[in-house]
Amino acid sequence: MLTIGTGNKAVAAAVKAAKPGVVAAYPITPQTEIVEQLAEYVTTGELESRYIPVESEHSAMAACIGASAGGVRTFTATSSHGLLYMHEMVHWAAGARLPIVMANVNRALGPGWNTWAEHTDAFSQRDTGWLQVFVGTVQEAYDATLMAFKIAEDERVLLPVMVNLDGFTLSHIMQSLETVEIGDFLPAYHLPHAIDTENPCVYGPMTGPADYFRFRWDIERSMRDAKGVIADVEREFAERFGRSYGPTEDYRCEDADVIVVAMGTLGKEAEVAVDRLRDEGIKAGSMRLRWFRPFPDLDLSGREVVVIDRDYSFGFGGVVAHSIRSKTGIVPYSVIAGLGGQEVTYNDIADFVRNRHPGEETWFGVSDHV
Amino acid sequence: MPGGGGAKLSLQMVTNVDERSVNNLSAIPKEEYLYKCTSACAGCSSSLCLRYVLKAAGPDTVLVVPACCTSVIQGIYPGTAMNVPVYNIAFAAAAACASGLSDALSARGKETNVIVYAGDGGTVDIGIQSLSGAFERGTNFLYICYDNEAYGNTGMQRSGSTPLGARTTTTPGGKRTAKKDLDRIVEAHNPPYMATACSAYPLDLYKKVKKALSIEGPKFIHILAPCPPGWRYPTEKTVEMGKLAVKTGTWILYEREFGKLSINGPSKAAMRKPAPLEDYINGQGRFKNLSPEIASEIRQQVERNIQRLSREEAGIC
Repeated sequence: MLTIGTGNKAVAAAVKAAKPGVVAAYPITPQTEIVEQLAEYVTTGELESRYIPVESEHSAMAACIGASAGGVRTFTATSSHGLLYMHEMVHWAAGARLPIVMANVNRALGPGWNTWAEHTDAFSQRDTGWLQVFVGTVQEAYDATLMAFKIAEDERVLLPVMVNLDGFTLSHIMQSLETVEIGDFLPAYHLPHAIDTENPCVYGPMTGPADYFRFRWDIERSMRDAKGVIADVEREFAERFGRSYGPTEDYRCEDADVIVVAMGTLGKEAEVAVDRLRDEGIKAGSMRLRWFRPFPDLDLSGREVVVIDRDYSFGFGGVVAHSIRSKTGIVPYSVIAGLGGQEVTYNDIADFVRNRHPGEETWFGVSDHV
Repeated sequence: MPGGGGAKLSLQMVTNVDERSVNNLSAIPKEEYLYKCTSACAGCSSSLCLRYVLKAAGPDTVLVVPACCTSVIQGIYPGTAMNVPVYNIAFAAAAACASGLSDALSARGKETNVIVYAGDGGTVDIGIQSLSGAFERGTNFLYICYDNEAYGNTGMQRSGSTPLGARTTTTPGGKRTAKKDLDRIVEAHNPPYMATACSAYPLDLYKKVKKALSIEGPKFIHILAPCPPGWRYPTEKTVEMGKLAVKTGTWILYEREFGKLSINGPSKAAMRKPAPLEDYINGQGRFKNLSPEIASEIRQQVERNIQRLSREEAGIC
């Protein structure tokens, strides 16, 4: 059904279609609309689910862990400080091999209080064993959330998935949204290691180095297998519903001399910048990185690369720029922009490309940068 | 007491435990859900309690265990001493994890018992937020705190539940503040059932677990679990130490059903005529060299507590 909606409403609509048995909910700006909308669905009976109004994000993830292990599909949503508050349980969910799906509405971290978009919150969880996808449109927020359940629950994966959408610039903006009848796209929830009193098992007990090491490797093996599963699920989604996705969204990259790599809504903004640059005769392209974990294999050989990081690892550099450099060997021009919701327009992005200095790092709008 | 706090009050769910069938230990089921050869210390009373808790709960039970002595006692992967599913979870998360688990099992149409078995640190300190949240939400589960009055698993550091004057590795001069009154915190949530118990009275504990599990909603049992290495007494005195705690009135056995207090047998006599407090304190190395002022304050605390509960039971508030 074609409608219009915000990024938050799109996530909630996808969750309704996925029919989780348990939703754990705690409010935080700019995510709150998601759990409000789900409460509405549960109250009206549009979604038959146990809605657990937890007292903290730490408990939100703990409740999802208990429910997922107890044999039902689970969902929660968070943002920024909420994500960091649940950090311990974010690790636990992946280590326990539970296919929990969580929306994270990307937001900056205090102090000072800032509710605007930034990706540092999600990147602070990059080593937890969660799959992470970043979306750029309302439609993609819906589609990626639906696919997240199928990817997470695949027995080759059995890892949780975090769907990331930019605070306000996507969570609160209205775009067209086509919801679908999912049919049997999502099979019934089946967790091979669900708690069963007929077959009593102990979960997560004291574990010595040899077994612990093996379990860690198993997470990585699944993370590698997840690349193929993601591709399969995205292919099936395209066949069923007509919208196709991949590890990146490439725009005018085929013959590009310079490629802008960005994530989330800045990646969509970059497409407009590319059109402008092309008009000037600069052969630019845009590669919006969708999947951050598992990190995709990228082909950027022979191109100049400008990376926009809406994040920073202090004392090191832009997380995406350094990821690109380590995975491809290409030394990009690293632009740090958009922190705390700093406005970055397509004209600004076009300027990054026009004034690029490969190997250097620039903090957009800061005059005394290195 | 008005039933509030989201607890699902359904009186018809309260079934009377057949007192005659469990009036002595031989009437307790022989089935074991905690096997021998655990990693517990000699004289561990908390593992003794767990054995009776599980006998009362039976096989259709899931145990949720945060970081505590039971994390160790249950055994090391791939071995286990447990014969019911055990879900180990992070320190602060037991009650919240149980909330999710309870709802998931209920959504699947199951009536499995969900029991949190947590130490005092994981309950009165780091886990109190999730405990409070689960009780306020009316989660259908039983939360059991086995209280050895310190962080035992990590080598006896003080917790909020450590009593006044007790020496721990982080209170080498004796704790300067009183034990946190966990039961009054839980009581403020108006649960349909809550009780205290003590490892030295396994039949009492068994009956209380049975009763708790017959009631819908959030239930709570607080067990005093003496700890030989932590309290510094000989291992063979672990039952005696629990009995002394009750006989001196330091630990009072009671139940609250829908708010109504009833003092249980052994404590009735103890509250009328408590045994000398020294019998309890002098047998424990953790209370060595108590100053007269601290000893006097401990005595006053015990007396105040006896008075408060006696008056409440008599209807004098």
